[in-house]
Amino acid sequence: MIPPLSLRGVSVRYGDRPALSDVSWDAVPGLTAILGPNGAGKSTLLRAALGLVPATGEVRFFGRPLADVRNRVAFLPQRASVDWDFPATALDVVGMARLPRLRRWWGGLPGPDRDAALSALDSVGMADFAGRQIGRLSGGQQQRVFLARALAQGADLFLMDEPLAAVDAVTERAILAVLHRLVDEGKTVLMVHHDLSLVSEHFTDVLLLAGRVVAAGPVREAFTEDSVARAFGGLPRMMVA
Amino acid sequence: MSSFLQLDAPALLAATLAGGTCGLLGSFLVLRRESLLGDALSHAVLPGIVAGFALTGLRASLPMLLGALAAALLATVAIGLVRRLARLEAGAATGLVFTGFFALGLVGLEVTGARMADLDLDCVLFGQIETLVWLEATGWASLLDPAALAGLPRQLGLLAGVAAVAVLAVAAFWHPLRLVCFDRDYASALGLRVSWWEMGLNLLIAAAAVAAFEAVGTVLVVALLACPAVAMRLLTDTYRVQVWGAAGLGAVLGALGVLLAGPLPAALGLAFSVNAAGVIGSLAGLAVFLSLRFAPRRG
Repeated sequence: MIPPLSLRGVSVRYGDRPALSDVSWDAVPGLTAILGPNGAGKSTLLRAALGLVPATGEVRFFGRPLADVRNRVAFLPQRASVDWDFPATALDVVGMARLPRLRRWWGGLPGPDRDAALSALDSVGMADFAGRQIGRLSGGQQQRVFLARALAQGADLFLMDEPLAAVDAVTERAILAVLHRLVDEGKTVLMVHHDLSLVSEHFTDVLLLAGRVVAAGPVREAFTEDSVARAFGGLPRMMVA
Repeated sequence: MSSFLQLDAPALLAATLAGGTCGLLGSFLVLRRESLLGDALSHAVLPGIVAGFALTGLRASLPMLLGALAAALLATVAIGLVRRLARLEAGAATGLVFTGFFALGLVGLEVTGARMADLDLDCVLFGQIETLVWLEATGWASLLDPAALAGLPRQLGLLAGVAAVAVLAVAAFWHPLRLVCFDRDYASALGLRVSWWEMGLNLLIAAAAVAAFEAVGTVLVVALLACPAVAMRLLTDTYRVQVWGAAGLGAVLGALGVLLAGPLPAALGLAFSVNAAGVIGSLAGLAVFLSLRFAPRRG
């Protein structure tokens, strides 16, 4: 099987500080938690794969360069990375996912794209808020709008940067339900995550990072006390190096 | 009536076009939280304008526009370079580069000054909207007379051209522009070349700054880029209203400023007139103050 995402010797430096060193890893369909302490390179891994930060090494999506398969790859950035005061409605934001499919870049969103955006909002329980300005949504609702935008792309692989960070219980349940449904449909979800307590119950695989790969594989095999200790305890050494 | 066409109409049209174009493009600066970049671009174009003027010896639109665009391109690249090399935050790098470019332009202005009878510091700073006249106009019929139209101030041609390009670009690239302004990471992940889009916007803003600077001066270009967009930002949560509303507000402020500065007092029999650019700038500030005071949700 061709892995949805394959990294070979991927390294990233910020100035003279190494952020990720020589990561080689193949993603598998299912729900993968990307875990590690602050500064372990979790977000950097997603950003490097998507070409948002300069990286060395080889990145393949479904065996091809990203440019060939962009429609099959959906990115969900950190909620704090955008200005929620922006004059846009929830529907506007979700509709942005349809941009690569638009035949013209002016005027309103065409009917089918609008329907796709509305149904994505509906699947995260936000259908009633389609017309609301995004700044007037709660943090959890904003996070669900971001998830809906990723869904509206109709992708097979989802790269999510902390979608469960600082959300309310309702949102957490809603998001996890959507993720489980995606996995049931055979999709691949890679999610930067920080709450170790949810891992065994909800995820199929883990990737433990501490500037490099500490452990990777199915939760039962790779998510052990030992690997967690090495990932989270290994950081000070990494920072000295 | 022909005196209105000869003396007031060109200034009125110039201020309306300058205000409208700057208001339109200013929204994208405010939405990207890069209002300072408007300041930077409108100042950084000066060495390009001077170079275009000095090289051709003409105060013609095209060499100045091309020089200005080249300067804006250089300044944008320089800001990025300074940020990376000196590891400065965007604001510091921007401030550093645009004051440097502006200073270079001032020196260039002095050095080449002998050849430039009519591009002086006053014009650069405050504009010369009052000098825009259409002496060929003899009446309303002149509006249809090609010979008379050829005598229109050339600044109007540049302003109208840049305004048309700006309106068309904003309308035609509606969806990608909004996405790039809202979420550049997501835009890149979708395959948009975000830095190219941002460079395109910057060049458009530089073109607007050049076209408008002869009318209102480089200082007030900054006010026209920032004030209408900020005022609309306080008044609306709808993207469409923000973008076109700021353009409309800028145009109204420009027109109102020219009228209040001369024609209106004259029509009322008052014997005073003031600098139109100053009035436009003051009105722009007043618009922001009023929207702060009366904004529906932030007031």
